[in-house]
Amino acid sequence: MDLSLSTRTVGDRTVVEVGGEIDVYTAPKLREQLVELVNDGSYHLVVDMEGVDFLDSTGLGVLVGGLKRVRAHEGSLRLVCNQERILKIFRITGLTKVFPIHTSVEDAVQATD
Amino acid sequence: MATVELLFSALPEHVRTARLVAAAVARRAGVDEAVLDEVRLAVGEACTRAVGLHASHGVTTPVRVVLIEDEKKFSIEVGDDAPHLSAADAAAGGPGEASGAPEEGEDDMGLAVISGLVDDVEVTADESGGLIRMSWPTIPAPVLP
Repeated sequence: MDLSLSTRTVGDRTVVEVGGEIDVYTAPKLREQLVELVNDGSYHLVVDMEGVDFLDSTGLGVLVGGLKRVRAHEGSLRLVCNQERILKIFRITGLTKVFPIHTSVEDAVQATD
Repeated sequence: MATVELLFSALPEHVRTARLVAAAVARRAGVDEAVLDEVRLAVGEACTRAVGLHASHGVTTPVRVVLIEDEKKFSIEVGDDAPHLSAADAAAGGPGEASGAPEEGEDDMGLAVISGLVDDVEVTADESGGLIRMSWPTIPAPVLP
């Protein structure tokens, strides 16, 4: 399965809905999307990962890269994920401490820290 | 004896194929369903790392994946032909800062994920290439409740 990406704006947040597999082959597409959004001035991103079937360390690298970019503009990058197998990868790598992970897009959009 | 051997050109698009083949063979070998996700992720990480190493060293040979079914365990070996630094060379170069640019540290992150996922893992490397060997226990034929 390939990667699917779609974006929408909710208030001052941009929600990126990701579906399919994020791996060494597809991760560059996600990286391009995040870079493009930041370049266009979207600094508060919510990445909805509920449709993601597979995520590897390349995908984690892209998300960390996205976080770095938005933080350079005092922005935020929040994740939405309820899938245990995806959450496990964030846990193993200690990235649960780096990313705010929410259970719903609504929750992520309203969150302010 | 290897149950299945897979050789693939060191290109990112083939890593998914390796994941699917490994998961299918692991399932047949009797690896617990709950662990198949880990097998898929670990073999993907190992292949991603091998593909990256071949690309960065200009190695044109394929990446090797060997899937071995034993009586009580299922093993996967992922081999690359990239020259690895000896321990002495690596020490001379100094260890990279873990907090460096994350997008440049993906190889290390891949290994971190593998070691976090797999209990039985062995990473070896010399100037002619590297090998990641991982294994999982298999469960015997299903027992009725």
